[in-house]
Amino acid sequence: MDIAALTFLALGLPFVAALVAPVLTRFLGHNAAWILALAPVAIFAHFLRYLPEIADGEIVTGGYAWIPSFNVSFSWLIDGLSLTFALLISGIGALIVLYSGGYLKGHPHQGRFFSFILMFMGSMQGLVLSDSFLMLFVFWELTSITSFLLIGFDHRREAARRAALQALVVTGGGGLLLLAGLLILWNVSGITQFSLLLSFGAELKESPFYLAALLLVLGGAFTKSAQFPFHFWLPNAMEAPTPVSAYLHSATMVKAGVYLLMRLNPVLGGTPEWQVLLPLFGVATLVSGAALAVRQTDLKLMLAYTTMASLGLLVLLTGLGSPHAIEAAALYLVAHALFKGALFMVAGIIDHETGARDLTKLGGLRSAMPLTFAIALAAALSMGGLPPFFGFLAKEEIYEALSSFDRRSVVFAGLTILGNALMFAVAFAIALKPFLGSKVETPRHAHEAPVLLWLGPAILALKGLSIASMSGLAHRLISSPMSSAIAGEPRAVTTSLAPHIGVPLLLSAVTLLVGVAFYLNLDRLRAAMAVILADIGWGPDRGFDQFIRGLLRLAVAVTRRLQSGKLDVYMTVVFVLVAVVLLATPAHFGELPRAPFFAADVPTHELAIMAIAVAGLLAVVMAADRLTAIVSLGIQGFAVAVIFLLYGAPDLSFTQFMIETLSVVVLALVMTRLRLSPSDRRPLHQKLPDSMIALACGFGFGLFLLRATGTPFDATLTDFYNLYSKSVAHGANVVNVIIVDFRGTDTLGEIAVVMITGLAILSLVRLRAGSLKRGADDRQDVEERA
Amino acid sequence: MKSVIFRTVAPFLTSLMTLFSIFVLLRGHNEPGGGFIGGLIAVSGLAIYGIAHGVETVRHAIYFHPLAIAGAGLFAATVAGLISLYAHVPFMTGLWIYPSFFGVEMPLSTVMLFDTGVYLVVVGSISSVALSLEERGGE
Repeated sequence: MDIAALTFLALGLPFVAALVAPVLTRFLGHNAAWILALAPVAIFAHFLRYLPEIADGEIVTGGYAWIPSFNVSFSWLIDGLSLTFALLISGIGALIVLYSGGYLKGHPHQGRFFSFILMFMGSMQGLVLSDSFLMLFVFWELTSITSFLLIGFDHRREAARRAALQALVVTGGGGLLLLAGLLILWNVSGITQFSLLLSFGAELKESPFYLAALLLVLGGAFTKSAQFPFHFWLPNAMEAPTPVSAYLHSATMVKAGVYLLMRLNPVLGGTPEWQVLLPLFGVATLVSGAALAVRQTDLKLMLAYTTMASLGLLVLLTGLGSPHAIEAAALYLVAHALFKGALFMVAGIIDHETGARDLTKLGGLRSAMPLTFAIALAAALSMGGLPPFFGFLAKEEIYEALSSFDRRSVVFAGLTILGNALMFAVAFAIALKPFLGSKVETPRHAHEAPVLLWLGPAILALKGLSIASMSGLAHRLISSPMSSAIAGEPRAVTTSLAPHIGVPLLLSAVTLLVGVAFYLNLDRLRAAMAVILADIGWGPDRGFDQFIRGLLRLAVAVTRRLQSGKLDVYMTVVFVLVAVVLLATPAHFGELPRAPFFAADVPTHELAIMAIAVAGLLAVVMAADRLTAIVSLGIQGFAVAVIFLLYGAPDLSFTQFMIETLSVVVLALVMTRLRLSPSDRRPLHQKLPDSMIALACGFGFGLFLLRATGTPFDATLTDFYNLYSKSVAHGANVVNVIIVDFRGTDTLGEIAVVMITGLAILSLVRLRAGSLKRGADDRQDVEERA
Repeated sequence: MKSVIFRTVAPFLTSLMTLFSIFVLLRGHNEPGGGFIGGLIAVSGLAIYGIAHGVETVRHAIYFHPLAIAGAGLFAATVAGLISLYAHVPFMTGLWIYPSFFGVEMPLSTVMLFDTGVYLVVVGSISSVALSLEERGGE
């Protein structure tokens, strides 16, 4: 099999695994993880094969036509950037599947969880490998939906449901902005694929639509990557089980926004707007995220806010766009995925084994959980940017990027040092505080985690060490191709563990000192932050609630206005509108029929039939009670059916007869159901408006028909059907052939409508007075909540 | 309804109308008729039966829930359209086969399956409405 087909299979494999996961888990229990992890492992192995090729500067594309008429394809783009992401997603994905096997052991819905997380893996993988815009958008929204399912996994808790919905609204809404942005890019360039767009050149940046496209794309990226002020959904998403937090909300999904910015950097980047907007939002996110992390004592929440800070840092670096900044972003992205994934899993282990994850309720676990302690320490050292860990290389490169001496860089460097120092303090608070000190009594008796739990974080922590020590190879295979892809031109990353004295090292040392100071005064810092936040008293999280409440109130108000719930109001509106359309439109366009014409010699029997129709109508109007009126209406209908028959439309006439019969029956039945009084006893002044509307409608239809029959008849269609009905569709009855063959798809739609109408009427008939009242209560409920 | 004559005649009338409706359905392709009109005739027959002998009797006689019949019809019509995809022609293209039974050639087609679907949807939907209205009307 060729490698393109294999890539296609690799894109689909997680979804297949998601399908079999529940069955497999039913038979094997939590051990199904070992088998399910084979899927991401296979994908990882597949993408490893691309490494040498990509390292040599190649770009691999492939795919299949999807909707050729719209120039939309199902195609992938493998370069340094997407390959790194694909390896991270499948590699960490395999470890997460194993970890969830241990973490949710014995959970009644473990199979469902595996299924969701594998679906997410497939979506995320599709997102980063997409070459076509539409495919990227589809996978983008799929990650939002699967993340919704995962956050709300424990759906019986109100908080989880709220967090899931919030994440869906924010990231899904951002996805729509992104779609609009991509459509603008498509319209301006005429291109639907990233691989072609990258070589499109500077024309896009000069287009008058550049700013609009940029803002829309940033709307998508900033919501997904939790940039301030759209960050609030990320900490709330910690309601999800810990494997989800480790995978989606640190290593992969939240990086989708950063991925997008990196992907579009060669096309949209480098402009003043780009270089102002991204660093501003990035640095605001970095500092606020790090400050909010200090405020927390819950391990997962601390990690969530530092993730937000790290994402800010990545956006800042991408926005700066200098060679060192791009390289720093590439290094930090990989390093962060490794150490943050490991730390989240450590937090999960602590929670799982002790039953507590609050910093103030933990302590002295070092003897009970030595392995976990070691893993936590290794990850924290990388996060703190200390040698010999990968995080150190990333941090060196960051400071290299920020150490030019213009005024802007100094401000950014200062804020970055502040943010990094705070993150340093938080990292070591998580890695040290639960393990050191005197033993604190925990809800569960602490002991070392089983292999399924510690395997994942251990590998990630070790990776952080091994990449740093083999930096030459890592740079050649990963960092350099990735930086080249982000920059849009060849780049080579060279930084290594070898000591080099300079400004970056100095800045690192400053960060270290400030970080240690923060760590030692963490409790005081936390108290100060709490006071500050209490003083502000309002945050985007509450803003979201207020927004949703406002939306609900608006919807209720609009619905109240438009939907009175009274049948006669609806009918009046509909028929007044019909009359206006029929009378006003032709009058406005001068299309009224010239003069009513009468055929010169109408045969007597036709006149007689018309007289019957008129008599039927008169009978309706003069009928003493409603039942008589309904039956009299039938007279007029039958007369019309006879006219159809005379003019050679037996099918139509046949149908008209049946419809008239059934209408009388059904109307009579409805009459008895509605318990109307037998006759209409309203005074004249109430009847008059209704009869005026009826007259106007009838008059309008009459004019319309006269005008329509007044135009010369175009027989093209008639000839076509007459010619082909027998020869092509094997039927002599043209009417029937049109219904079931030539326009069969129309008919299919129509019978679907018939069926749905039947369903709707049935449910209306079944509604009892009591259930109607309950509906009203529901509405009141909504209002009270609003 | 109390009339003995009507109660006696109704079952025969209904059977005849149902039979006639199937006849109208099948002849529809070449002469006036078809699934829609055939369905309407069948519903009228059921309505007569219901007026004569009560809704319960009708429900018992047609065995399936009317909406299930309508659903089956919609399904049949959709399947009729999908079959053409297997023959690599556009959705809803009519396909014909002419098997011979005992020497008599019998034209069969997806179009006929589709028309039967239309028939069932009309019968199911309208009789479901009519029956439920009749049922509660007496309260």
